[in-house]
Amino acid sequence: MMTFFKEFKDRDLAVHFIEKIKTVSRKKIRLMEVCGTHTVSIFKSGIRSVLPDTISLISGPGCPVCVTSQEEIDAFISLSRLDNVILTTFGDLIRVPGTESSLQEEKAKGVDVRMVYSTSDALLIAKKNPDKHVVFPGVGFETTAPTVAAAILSAARLKVSNFYVYSAHKLVPPALTALMALSSGNIDGFILPGHVSVMIGTDGYRPFFDTFKLPCAITGFEPVDILRAVLAVVTQIEYGKPSLFNAYERAVRIEGNPKAMSLMARVFEKKDALWRGIGKIPESGLAIREEFSAFDAANRFQIILPEKKDHNGCACGEILIGNKTPPECPLFRKACTPLHPFGPCMVSTEGTCSAYYRYHKEPGN
Amino acid sequence: MKNDKILIDHGSGGKLSHDLVQQMILPVFDNSLLSRQDDGAVFQIGEDRFAFSTDTFVVTPLFFPGGNIGELAVNGTVNDLAMCGATPLFLSAGFIIEEGFSITDLEKVISAMKKAADVAGVAIVTGDTKVVPIGAADQLFINTSGIGRVPDHVNISGRHAMPGDKIIVSGTIGDHAAAILIKREGLPFETPILSDTASLNHLVKKMLDASDGIHVLRDPTRGGLGTTLNEIAIQSNTGILISEDRIPVKKSVSGICGLLGFDPMYLANEGKLVAVVRKDDAEQILQVMKNDSLGKDACIIGEVVSDYPGKVMMTTHIGGTRFVDMLTGEQLPRIC
Repeated sequence: MMTFFKEFKDRDLAVHFIEKIKTVSRKKIRLMEVCGTHTVSIFKSGIRSVLPDTISLISGPGCPVCVTSQEEIDAFISLSRLDNVILTTFGDLIRVPGTESSLQEEKAKGVDVRMVYSTSDALLIAKKNPDKHVVFPGVGFETTAPTVAAAILSAARLKVSNFYVYSAHKLVPPALTALMALSSGNIDGFILPGHVSVMIGTDGYRPFFDTFKLPCAITGFEPVDILRAVLAVVTQIEYGKPSLFNAYERAVRIEGNPKAMSLMARVFEKKDALWRGIGKIPESGLAIREEFSAFDAANRFQIILPEKKDHNGCACGEILIGNKTPPECPLFRKACTPLHPFGPCMVSTEGTCSAYYRYHKEPGN
Repeated sequence: MKNDKILIDHGSGGKLSHDLVQQMILPVFDNSLLSRQDDGAVFQIGEDRFAFSTDTFVVTPLFFPGGNIGELAVNGTVNDLAMCGATPLFLSAGFIIEEGFSITDLEKVISAMKKAADVAGVAIVTGDTKVVPIGAADQLFINTSGIGRVPDHVNISGRHAMPGDKIIVSGTIGDHAAAILIKREGLPFETPILSDTASLNHLVKKMLDASDGIHVLRDPTRGGLGTTLNEIAIQSNTGILISEDRIPVKKSVSGICGLLGFDPMYLANEGKLVAVVRKDDAEQILQVMKNDSLGKDACIIGEVVSDYPGKVMMTTHIGGTRFVDMLTGEQLPRIC
């Protein structure tokens, strides 16, 4: 019986796919795994070291922390410094450096920053602290945005008037389209994210696929999932038959999760958004609708942003679109480490630079 | 250090803690015993060799599935002494208590300490109590120091790993940290995970009696197995090669790690040890460990190699390879 767990870690199955990939692969190709969790999984299972030299895996902009713009990080820090504010956040935002500080450094100075595991935890903190403003930085893709929408709807229903979200949510399909322009034909195929796909379904990528006709496979996070997706994309490339293949059938449906998507659409509307490294992408972000503006931190508080400073030499931007790998950045492992990150790709555990730092074998290292 | 303030990561047991000790503490207190950087200092007085160690306990919550801060405080120092190959003899106990702390809870903690000391066969022979105003401490902090005698034939140090040596871990990793995490964060997991807090001195004695080929002993507490192996590789200037498939992790711990994006290699343990042993003695030592309830899940996870000195390499489940780094900061739950 399939337990939907062990099979996807199975060594024999993995070896089977590796052998098949070696047989099929002829052309030198570059595949982008869009999702940060895939990046980490690829490193942790040593997938690069078992693939033939013909295949390069490059990491894309699918770590929510990494693509959050400097302005947005600075806005979170500014919000945390306001009187009477409790800033509740997912853990991996805490260390991200803004222009002058990070939430972690603010916390060490005595600012009330609390780590939560879900938006409903943040809402609970708001209920327990009626005399405080509880702010939640809404970061993440279609995966997390519906849960934040649900929290805002609950807050409205329960009349919790001290709960606010600063929405920095981003949408994956518009970013794929933007990548096609930026990468100038450098990407031969995509390994598409698992979690996001659970929400938007294979149909979520249909317009993108129909426009570019690039080989794609959606997949999960175990080694066998990833190898199967690599094989699917390599086969599509070799036979010249691109398709939108779903290698994550146990979780992803054609239509995705319509209930979650309708929650998201109820609370948020699309807006242009700034992506770190990519710049402005039309209709790729989510703003809180006017109807729920009482819960919009951007609306409620005055946010003071520091003067812009360039991090000289940080190649996060080029890395996020797959044009550079971390070892090609002059700061990597030298000035920029997980303890003193320059850019967010080093700070988030799902960031490309952090994954390279922790797992990548380099000559002389 | 770039930071002008202490960050919570300075206490993670990972790289920042390592830097704090290396850059601020060791150069100032500099002496030959300290610079060995083992779990305790080993020195000679007259004919006898002794080990001396100290540890401070600030765990939240104080009570967790499988134990409380009291037994942790006793077992922690007992284990540090045991990792020097010493037979622990005497402990001190210092209490910093926040005003308003429950007397009943304090009784529970003290009684747990007594029980743990009895199991380990040590006596708590001196101590101190301080009470601080509300807010000046979080409920209760405990420091324990301990002294033990090192048998003549024993010579254990993090610097003694040699190419060819086998690496044994005494049981499943990450149990303690997972138990604490679930309790502290109120995570709704149905499978109970208990802290593994235990004193390892009796197990260590059996191992030392069975073989004189034990080169390194370490308890992978803060920073977890990954950090401990890196420390050994650095101290001994050797490489370490481990196999992902051989690392024992409970299914429930692996599950919670998958959910939060944590790596069990960096989760704290309070009743596990890592032994680096002479190749020819490895099976015999393993058998002795397996016959003890605290080592029943023991297994050989890898070996010491001469390649890539100071680094830890892992053969992955699917036959790939990758580095295992030290923990660089507290693991943070990811967004998605």
